[in-house]
Amino acid sequence: MQAPNHHGAAGAVRPAAVTARGWGWRHAGRAKPAVHALDLDILPGERVLLLGPSGAGKSTLLHALAGVLGDVNDDGEAGDSDESGSLLVDGGSPRGQRGRAGLMQQDPETQVVLSRVGDDVAFGAENLAVPRDAIWTRVHEALADVGLSHLPLDHPTSALSGGQKQRLALAGILAMRPGLILLDEPTANLDPAGVLEVRDAVARCLDKTGATLVVVEHRVSVWKDLVDRIVVLQPGSAADPAVLLDGPPDRVLDEARTMLAAAGVWVPGYVPATRPRAGDARPGAGDLLLAAEKTAVSRERPRRSGFRKIPPVPVQEDITAQVRAGQALAITGPNGAGKSTFALTLAGLLEPVTGKISATTNLSRGAGIDPFRWKAEQLIERIGTVFQEPEHQFVTGRVRDELLFGPRHLGHGEDRVDELLERLRLTPLVDANPYTLSGGEKRRLSVATVLAASPQVLVLDEPTFGQDANTWAELASFLSELLDSGTAVVSVTHDAEFTAALGGTELKLAAAEKVAL
Amino acid sequence: MSTAAIKKTTSKSWRVVDIVVAALIAIAGGVIFWAWSQGAAAVSGPMNAVYPPLTGLIAGGWMIPAVLGMLIIRKPGAALFCETVAATGELLMGSQYGASVLFSGFVQGLGAEIIFAIFVYKKFNLPVALLAGAAAGLFCGLNDSFAPWGWNIAYAGGDKLAYIIFTAISGAIIAGALSWIATRGLARTGVLSSFASRKAATEPVFS
Amino acid sequence: MRQELHVRGNNALLTRANPLSKLAAVVLITVVLALSIDWVSATVALAFEVLLFPLAGLTLTLLWQRGWPLILAAAVGGWSTSILAPDSGRTLIDVGIWTMSQGSLETGLGFMLRGLAIALPAVLLMSCTDPTDLADALAQKARLPHRFVLGTLAAMRLVGLLAEEWQTIGMARRARGVGSRGSVLQRVKATLGQSFGLLVQAIRRASRLAVTMEARGFGGGTRTWARASTYSVLDAWVLAGGLLMAGLAVVAAVSAGTWNMVWLGG
Ligand SMILES: Nc1ncnc2c1ncn2[C@@H]1O[C@H](COP(=O)(O)OP(=O)(O)OP(=O)(O)O)[C@@H](O)[C@H]1O
Ligand SMILES: Nc1ncnc2c1ncn2[C@@H]1O[C@H](COP(=O)(O)OP(=O)(O)OP(=O)(O)O)[C@@H](O)[C@H]1O
Ligand SMILES: [Mg+2]
Ligand SMILES: [Mg+2]
Repeated sequence: MQAPNHHGAAGAVRPAAVTARGWGWRHAGRAKPAVHALDLDILPGERVLLLGPSGAGKSTLLHALAGVLGDVNDDGEAGDSDESGSLLVDGGSPRGQRGRAGLMQQDPETQVVLSRVGDDVAFGAENLAVPRDAIWTRVHEALADVGLSHLPLDHPTSALSGGQKQRLALAGILAMRPGLILLDEPTANLDPAGVLEVRDAVARCLDKTGATLVVVEHRVSVWKDLVDRIVVLQPGSAADPAVLLDGPPDRVLDEARTMLAAAGVWVPGYVPATRPRAGDARPGAGDLLLAAEKTAVSRERPRRSGFRKIPPVPVQEDITAQVRAGQALAITGPNGAGKSTFALTLAGLLEPVTGKISATTNLSRGAGIDPFRWKAEQLIERIGTVFQEPEHQFVTGRVRDELLFGPRHLGHGEDRVDELLERLRLTPLVDANPYTLSGGEKRRLSVATVLAASPQVLVLDEPTFGQDANTWAELASFLSELLDSGTAVVSVTHDAEFTAALGGTELKLAAAEKVAL
Repeated sequence: MSTAAIKKTTSKSWRVVDIVVAALIAIAGGVIFWAWSQGAAAVSGPMNAVYPPLTGLIAGGWMIPAVLGMLIIRKPGAALFCETVAATGELLMGSQYGASVLFSGFVQGLGAEIIFAIFVYKKFNLPVALLAGAAAGLFCGLNDSFAPWGWNIAYAGGDKLAYIIFTAISGAIIAGALSWIATRGLARTGVLSSFASRKAATEPVFS
Repeated sequence: MRQELHVRGNNALLTRANPLSKLAAVVLITVVLALSIDWVSATVALAFEVLLFPLAGLTLTLLWQRGWPLILAAAVGGWSTSILAPDSGRTLIDVGIWTMSQGSLETGLGFMLRGLAIALPAVLLMSCTDPTDLADALAQKARLPHRFVLGTLAAMRLVGLLAEEWQTIGMARRARGVGSRGSVLQRVKATLGQSFGLLVQAIRRASRLAVTMEARGFGGGTRTWARASTYSVLDAWVLAGGLLMAGLAVVAAVSAGTWNMVWLGG
């Protein structure tokens, strides 16, 4: 069972081959298969970019290759998951050879298992029963390969940035010496610098080990030059095979550019068309609604030490910004700069550490100057906030109730609900449970629920994060319409195209100084 | 390359996902209770001042992990495991009960576990949840009143009895009924799709 | 919840002892102190515990910052015991159901001191023990099933994250018009909803974490350990110290005539 290369260099990794023949998978409790009739051959050492619309079964395929799919109870109940055809890694079942493939998922938080850097990298090797001395050799090597060797082994993993966490996860995978590296949207919530860090670390490791790579990512441009093949999947259906297109990157992108774009894939150099802004012709456009003066922000509340109160250390200080009717304000900056924290403070959800946020009479309409002191009902008809994670904002068990919730609390404005449902293509889903929607649908719903209370200021945290190009364009167009109708739109975003589409002013926050830990 | 042999699981053995989800439910229970107790101080303060055994009425909050964990995971030992993990979490945070919180957690989990075992881990309906909650509460009351480390060991007999009745009621309602309602709600959101409880929302209430 | 005791940077002597021996000593002291409600054994134990602070890298200031809820709780426990314990001796207060006599006040005071003496060892233990090391010891030395120990350890790492998520969900719900201010009933409803939101996120996170762990080969039968959990001479000292402390507390109380077994005395 033990590999001969425990003590050897990482160069001794044997790349894995993948063979799928008519493979299909239906998740437990689902009517339709997530993947149907997949025929695919990946040669040892090949690097494949896997594309496809949301729900095409990309993640399902990666999980299957990693051997972590379908460890479902065989309690024989109807409605359990089922598998058809065959999916083999090196001619064997992936489930029987865990460790042959290393999987990295999207959420950096759940990619880290243990609380010390060294332990976390060693975790996989320990599970593969690698002898103790060899483990530490592998740990040092893996950390060096991903460019984290400057960290002490007992550095707390909670003190790493998003990009560092993803590179740490990569190190954990490398320490297992896998022949197949599987990356599921590894850079989705990273700032541009973090994306490059991760991409480059992957490239370095592949060059060194020659392992086979399968990567899933909506944004093609990042990985295009690193892969030698693009495979496009389509959602599982009984009639069509799973693989829609397969070939070298340039050819696939040339041949199928329009088709890919229509399917919502972000092909390089393509920005979906959005509704252009009209002029600021409306009366009242440009009126000042909300202003931040020399504000310092932090998520933490004052700490209590015995009887004393210690104010938190702010992540950003001296922020000055103005929000005006019918104008967009984009808040940009690297991960951890305090963008979300500032947006939440501006929206009356957090108390500023110092400085102040003040609403003008145009906005406050008698509710007082400080949004943080407003009652919840007063807040929602003045400032609407859409959180990055739509699920955080769901308060009922049905899409329609979700939309009616705000207006009912306010006692007016239910008429807007049907229009919003129609406009954001949610009408067919009115009876569904909000949590069961797809990512794009959840995002549209969370925007709709906040708009149902007709706020004058709309604050959005990473509204386009993880969205395919179609949802993206829809959202940008919708917001541009809102702007024209006099709503102020504040958005926190890494997305330069989105900022450009909405126009307005940009507030750039500098990287927060890292507090030494 | 070495490989880890994976055993085929049977419906009674624990998968990795069962273990991690159970542990996190227990810990989330701790986070919720901690947040809850910030507000509960407003209630428990007067209770303590008026008639201390009344605090038994909010004790059910501690037993939520035992019942909720079992209703979701549905594997033998889930109640015991979740409650013990919850107690360990509390110990790590610094507990006013010191190491004795481990015994209390174990005993409370045991109370709920016994009820589920009596129904051979086949029934997870409302009456069973209420019973399990009440049993956890009962064991909690007994532990607090009669174990040497019990917080109420020095109370007079009648006060102990009152306390035990209060904890059992609280266990049935807060730990039993709330957990049962929460499980149904969770099943509707689809997050339980890989557990036996995924159909909890459509299961009959009483049989 | 955010008052996790940070062990990193603590180089005190006791951080080098095996967590299991420390745990054993703490359990021993807890059980022995629990056997009697009297102020002598509790005071002796408390004095020892304070003397041990430097060995665990704890200071009184740190204790006050992190442990003041414990002190408050001990006081409350003393109060409720003094009004509810069976009465004896002169009656001090008598208002309806409240009666406090000399005897019950004494019990209450002893109870308060004992509460502190039981709570402090756990604080000492956690301030010089890393949860990872504890898990290593539980799996390697106590031979608990490693899947359960490590699964729990990994989940524990997400505590801080969940506490942050709790705050975020609270804000997200305020942005939907759910007030966390208002009447008691409104607050209870808001908290229940927020708890549900947190549970959903916790289960999602845990499921994803389980996939990560399995993808790293976790869940199989045998595994090796990158760091061995070992015993040393220090552990013998820790156990001896625990025994000594428990023993002295008992001897002091018995010779002072205050030893008062919980099941026998009144
Ligand atoms: N654990 C699960 N249980 C039930 N259904 C699932 C599960 N995971 C995925 N599905 C369903 O399987 C289908 C394919 O999902 P998958 O996550 O593989 O898509 P994807 O191509 O990765 O999409 P995205 O780009 O949004 O990540 C979807 O309809 C999804 O809802
Ligand atoms: N709930 C929280 N409690 C305490 N600190 C937090 C919390 N959330 C974030 N932080 C810290 O506050 C700082 C700023 O976080 P914030 O989320 O505002 O950054 P951001 O600019 O929005 O980053 P990103 O691009 O990653 O979303 C970070 O250092 C982060 O670690
Ligand atoms: Mg996916
Ligand atoms: Mg942010």
